[in-house]
Amino acid sequence: MTYQAHFRLWRGDSDGGELKDHTVEVNEGEVVLDIIHRIQATQAPDLAVRWNCKAGKCGSCSAEINGKPRLMCMSRMNTFTQEETVTVTPMRTFPIIRDLVTDVSFNYEKARQFPAFAPPDLPLGEYRMAQVDVERSQEFRKCIECFLCQDVCHVIRDREDNKKAFSGPRFLIRAAELAMHPLDARKDRADFARTEQGIGLCNITKCCTEVCPEHIKITDNAIIPMKERVVDRSYDPLVWLGNKIRRRTD
Amino acid sequence: MSEFERFEYDVVVIGAGGAGLRAAIEAREHGLRTAIVCKSLFGKAHTVMAEGGIAAAMGNVNSKDSWQVHFRDTMRGGKFLNNPRMAELHAQESPDRVWELETYGALFDRTPDGRISQRNFGGHEYPRLAHVGDRTGLELIRTLQQKIVSLQQDDLKEHGDFEARIKVFAECTITDLPRTDGKVSGALGYWRESGKFVVFEAPAVIIATGGIGKNFKITSNSWEGTGDGLALALRTGATLVNMEFIQFHPTGMIWPPSVKGLLVTESVRGDGGVLRNSEGKRFMFDYVPEVFRGQYAESEEEGDRWYKDPEHNKRPPELLPRDEVARAINSEVKAGRGTAHGGVFLDVSTRLPAEEILRKLPAMHHQFKELADVDITKEPMEVGPTCHYLMGGIEVDADTTATRVPGLFACGESAGGMHGSNRLGGNSLSDLLVFGRRAGAGAAAYVLGLGENRPKVRQSDLEAGEAVAVAPFENEGENPYTLHQELQGTMNDLVGIIRRQGEIREAIAALEALKVRAATVGVEGHRQFNPGWHLALDLRNMLTVSTCVALAALEREESRGGHTREDFPGMNPTWRGVNLICSLDGDGGSVLIEHKPVPTIRRDLFELFERPELAKYFTEAEVATLDEPPAAPEQGTQP
Repeated sequence: MTYQAHFRLWRGDSDGGELKDHTVEVNEGEVVLDIIHRIQATQAPDLAVRWNCKAGKCGSCSAEINGKPRLMCMSRMNTFTQEETVTVTPMRTFPIIRDLVTDVSFNYEKARQFPAFAPPDLPLGEYRMAQVDVERSQEFRKCIECFLCQDVCHVIRDREDNKKAFSGPRFLIRAAELAMHPLDARKDRADFARTEQGIGLCNITKCCTEVCPEHIKITDNAIIPMKERVVDRSYDPLVWLGNKIRRRTD
Repeated sequence: MSEFERFEYDVVVIGAGGAGLRAAIEAREHGLRTAIVCKSLFGKAHTVMAEGGIAAAMGNVNSKDSWQVHFRDTMRGGKFLNNPRMAELHAQESPDRVWELETYGALFDRTPDGRISQRNFGGHEYPRLAHVGDRTGLELIRTLQQKIVSLQQDDLKEHGDFEARIKVFAECTITDLPRTDGKVSGALGYWRESGKFVVFEAPAVIIATGGIGKNFKITSNSWEGTGDGLALALRTGATLVNMEFIQFHPTGMIWPPSVKGLLVTESVRGDGGVLRNSEGKRFMFDYVPEVFRGQYAESEEEGDRWYKDPEHNKRPPELLPRDEVARAINSEVKAGRGTAHGGVFLDVSTRLPAEEILRKLPAMHHQFKELADVDITKEPMEVGPTCHYLMGGIEVDADTTATRVPGLFACGESAGGMHGSNRLGGNSLSDLLVFGRRAGAGAAAYVLGLGENRPKVRQSDLEAGEAVAVAPFENEGENPYTLHQELQGTMNDLVGIIRRQGEIREAIAALEALKVRAATVGVEGHRQFNPGWHLALDLRNMLTVSTCVALAALEREESRGGHTREDFPGMNPTWRGVNLICSLDGDGGSVLIEHKPVPTIRRDLFELFERPELAKYFTEAEVATLDEPPAAPEQGTQP
């Protein structure tokens, strides 16, 4: 089962870099991250790579493998032929730090701009929610923040100028999560998605859903329902009139 | 000397797992300026891997549950070596800590009447674990992360700056904790990204760096679990307690090799999964130890009835505490009844319908499908023991989490005592919350008590710290990866799940030899994001911590919980009362080990147990204290 594989890894920093070739041993049952670690331990000890759990749960080892955004720990080597060259490059949407490591602070800034869960006025231990109601939000809380959806999203991939206005799929599911949270006291999640998160820029090509390692139905279950809420709240003339008359501020 | 980037804080929390984040929230809510320093990105800590749940006697599923029952289970699980005050506080406070998470936005699975659902777990008498499918740890981390963001949003409103009172320093490693006049004065470290040095001047430091799994070859822990905090504490003059107690989780994945060690949650067994050997036998019925006899089902039929009717049946022995199950698996494999890859079968496919497996164990299904190409609804998993958790750790005061060094606090897995010789599943996440909060409060009280009288970091501390950190670039010695692999092999093979005197001695000699080689370890390249250099610096921590484990394992001549000595197979009531305390002899000196008594269990807590049970663990004299009249309250006879 053991064979010698051909890998090409992007090496460099913010000033530029290039693909470097490596011939490296591969054993049965290994994943791309195992091979990266072997290269690090035997050929390139200063190869920069982020990783943690190696189990698809922490979302640290995001990269582009043969051009596709993926977690290196969840990419089994037996999905490639032995002759195939495996090319690993850093996520393209974020600035390079070094080698396979990118600066993902964009995501943390967007997270900070997003209004937190607003707890209801209930004593500790008195929250009551039905399982069927929490499940909708729970799907979005499966997110491991690997930011592959952000990386693949064409609204911000190669479109630096859109980054300010668009929060990306990761935070649109956060919006949906709280909009569907049975006890969130804020009622303006859809308004925020429209005015601050740029949900209108998304034209539902579903690229984010395709790359999500947690198989969250980002487009169908989060973005489209949020777009519908935006339409209901902002563009339905009756709702508009009602809001004006009742001067809703929430 | 290089320029040190300088920051001033009231409290520095090292580690951004559950304990560190909860501690930071508490310190900040006490009005202190708080820094969180972590080796990874914010939100990636090993806590995300926790699967089963958070143990808390809320009584949502069985109203008979109470903190007293939880306390009792915890002490039994730890074989009565726990710090009883910690176990008491933990059992009393964990329900509030769980409910608090709901106010931060956590979404736990629900009971039919809408409360937080609770599941069965090994060693817990009643269904007690609050959970979110099998990704409870992720929910915990994300919830605490989002709470911190919400506190930052409050600070923006109040001070015009998100980071006015709480800031996360991600991908930053702490290498030293300087002291001035015996008190902690701050923390030195480097940015992993740039390699540049940084100093945090702060009168209080909370260590929440988690475990030491990366000292072993087969482990469920992420790379961060190198035991930095324990080594930092030792070098600063604090002590470690009971480092011999390491939990080998019974069910780690054993195939394929790249995921060897990765955890298979205990919920698989709690929800109906059974262990079988290569002959198809449910072997756990043969391994119910004397102390647990009568508490577990004696036939498969009774065990199976328990899942539906726990009131009138005893639970199956697959749900014995983890140390028992790990040893049983080890014995079956040794007896030649293991699987092709050296484990046993964990089967849920013949026990539950596929849709139920998918609903209850989605993350496990996903993990096996994607990583091992195994469909757990159709075939059994192959599992075996994996190094999972350190029961020992930094010695702390139960109420405040203070160590022996003024200004130094510790909580979570890096602190010892709470779990005794063996931890129950689900008691880790609750431990993080209960003692994370107490660490934040303890540090706050200490800092407020200091007033203006804060110790200062000295220039000489910076110089010394830098010299140690840059040494690997000047050395031409071995590659750190080689040494790390040898260290892991030594610990796994010689101080692993079953221990013998001769092998432990061999390990101690091997560790000494590795220390000599580590002193000249060399790295290539420069300081910018250089994993070889990072590992070289972590190595010295791992060698210190591993030495403590080996010395304590050699010293304790009995078998108890996470410490099994083949040459001393039984529990010894005299050793039950002994804590092994490790300290460093001077700066960077050798490890000293001494015996200290385990704190006495208060009379009212002692009386929660039946006498025959206590007689299995305690000396006759200790049990006989129950015959004495209870101490009179207030005006006692004590001097």
